[in-house]
Amino acid sequence: MTTSTPARTEPTSSRNAQVETSGIKPGRISQALHAGILIGSVLLALGLLYVFGTVSLFPLLMLGAAIYLVVIYVVGRAIEGRRHGLDRFVTGLVTTFFLMALIPLLSVIWTVVSKGLARFDAEFFTWSMRGVLGEGGGAYHAIMGTLIITGITTLLSVPIGIFAAIYLVEYGQKGRLAKALTFFVDVMTGIPSIVAGLFAVALFTLFLGPGARMGIIGSVALMVLMIPVVVRSTEEMLRLVPNELREASYALGVPKWLTISKVVLPTAAAGIGTGVTLAIARVIGETAPLLVTVGTTTNLNVNPFDGRMQTLPVFAYYSYATPGIPREAFTERMWAAVLTLMLIVMTLNIIARLISKFFAPKTGR
Amino acid sequence: MSKLIEVTDLDIYYGDFLAVENVSMTIEPKAITALIGPSGCGKSTFLRSLNRMHEVIPGAYCKGNVTMDGQNLYGKNVDPVSVRRRIGMVFQRPNPFPTMSIKENVLAGVKLNNTKISKSDANDLVESSLRGANLWEEVKDRLDQPGSGLSGGQQQRLCIARTIAIQPDVVLMDEPCSALDPISTLAIEDLMNELKNEYTIVIVTHNMQQAARVSDRTGFFNIAGTGKPGKLIEFDDTEKIFSNPANKATEDYVSGRFG
Ligand SMILES: Nc1ncnc2c1ncn2[C@@H]1O[C@H](COP(=O)(O)OP(=O)(O)OP(=O)(O)O)[C@@H](O)[C@H]1O
Ligand SMILES: [Mg+2]
Repeated sequence: MTTSTPARTEPTSSRNAQVETSGIKPGRISQALHAGILIGSVLLALGLLYVFGTVSLFPLLMLGAAIYLVVIYVVGRAIEGRRHGLDRFVTGLVTTFFLMALIPLLSVIWTVVSKGLARFDAEFFTWSMRGVLGEGGGAYHAIMGTLIITGITTLLSVPIGIFAAIYLVEYGQKGRLAKALTFFVDVMTGIPSIVAGLFAVALFTLFLGPGARMGIIGSVALMVLMIPVVVRSTEEMLRLVPNELREASYALGVPKWLTISKVVLPTAAAGIGTGVTLAIARVIGETAPLLVTVGTTTNLNVNPFDGRMQTLPVFAYYSYATPGIPREAFTERMWAAVLTLMLIVMTLNIIARLISKFFAPKTGR
Repeated sequence: MSKLIEVTDLDIYYGDFLAVENVSMTIEPKAITALIGPSGCGKSTFLRSLNRMHEVIPGAYCKGNVTMDGQNLYGKNVDPVSVRRRIGMVFQRPNPFPTMSIKENVLAGVKLNNTKISKSDANDLVESSLRGANLWEEVKDRLDQPGSGLSGGQQQRLCIARTIAIQPDVVLMDEPCSALDPISTLAIEDLMNELKNEYTIVIVTHNMQQAARVSDRTGFFNIAGTGKPGKLIEFDDTEKIFSNPANKATEDYVSGRFG
């Protein structure tokens, strides 16, 4: 802060000098000085907090960032000129906010991984909770339930969603039906998930009477949540396909449905695949609709048409809400289940990236 | 192969908007017909109505008659898809299919229609079409690479190859050189001169020299003002249009004294 240049003492002439030098060969803050300022700011913040008696991570980071921003601005301005000083300041500010956004994310990952690893073992992935009262046991039944129910949901939602999007983009033009469909899709994307669950319950009560619990009911509830997401993302991707490609195809004497299936869909395939994968990730962690439609069980049940099934989110919920004794066994299983769920979602995200990488139209340049 | 197209009293609409009014012309086989005129006068619109691409746009339709060798293209039980197979079209901006290789692009008309074709026939078709479009020598070693990896001029010739691979009777070109450099433009003009031995060719261009260089007949379209329909002002031998046009507006336009 006290780097006094001749500029400081002679404001007018120095300004001219600075303009000249900054135009041609401005001074630069060396990397060493930059690192020094950074470390110095943090140390200063640490000292201040120590004096006032409360040293903890979050205030330290906030105070350190604030001190750093002030110092880098003043020093930058003195050495590099006004514009560069401001540039340093804004860069620092943006980085600070970026790091702040990362904090919750990283701390979630840290919490889940550190607590989940305790029971992230072979038994967890091969045992159900049948007959398990305290320690041991696993979530095999919940993992299977989640995979089956989400799988059915995906199998049913993806074709419906893609065909609806094709209708909207390629056939509906601006007709009444298309407008209505768009409106309902919009409404449905915002629907609270418990509403979807209760809807499925009400629907199946008509056929099966009250109190029925089955995997398929859960799938229907999740479909209500998933279809609009698939429609939306597919629609967006289809609209991105340039009209020129459709016209090129028509001009070759290719009928409309072949144009759609062989030109439009392949061109949009990467985006659609990504959208579908993210839609799966969206519904796989739903808890409320599964609580009311599928229920919970300690046994392995892989038949979605017969009785209750366990799923990972519900498993985690019950482990937390109604633990047995010893409580730690239940908490540990809960964290392991959450970790599993998180890994599944992460895998889906990676798959989505791979899809968009490998299926994207190649430019060859 | 090449066919004579006759247009009589054609009115072309976008919804309620009459874009082109009352066009009649005879497009000769084995010749190049050029369409010129100021922007917005309906050249593209007219061209697209010749192979029924116009009606692809929602709400667009036309009234009047277009016949090819006596057969009405807008007849009741004529399938627009089959019309487009016989009258190919090349667009202003090169538009190869981005998901397909060079070879697949040339074969697009066959493959997209699910037509069965033997491997050797396919290879022959690829080679003859690419040779026809003057592109074979440049791409023969990389047929399996994406078509969108070619230069703009090469892409446009690829699109021409794709069009002649479906063996149409007529080729329509809408400003095929407007995105190209002079050398690619010359290559495509040479190509048009060769193609005219086999095909009927109609080309829209903003380049007077190009129209004068390549075409046999020229049609001049004009528009009275914005919102008014475009009209065919004069249609005659290219030589006559550029040296001694009958209409004052045509003369002003071709001599550059226009607007
Ligand atoms: N898709 C469309 N919907 C509605 N009107 C259109 C459409 N395309 C063109 N038009 C209108 O039709 C008229 C003729 O357009 P067209 O594209 O045929 O002109 P053009 O002669 O090809 O012009 P340019 O030389 O700029 O390409 C214009 O008034 C244009 O605004
Ligand atoms: Mg045009």
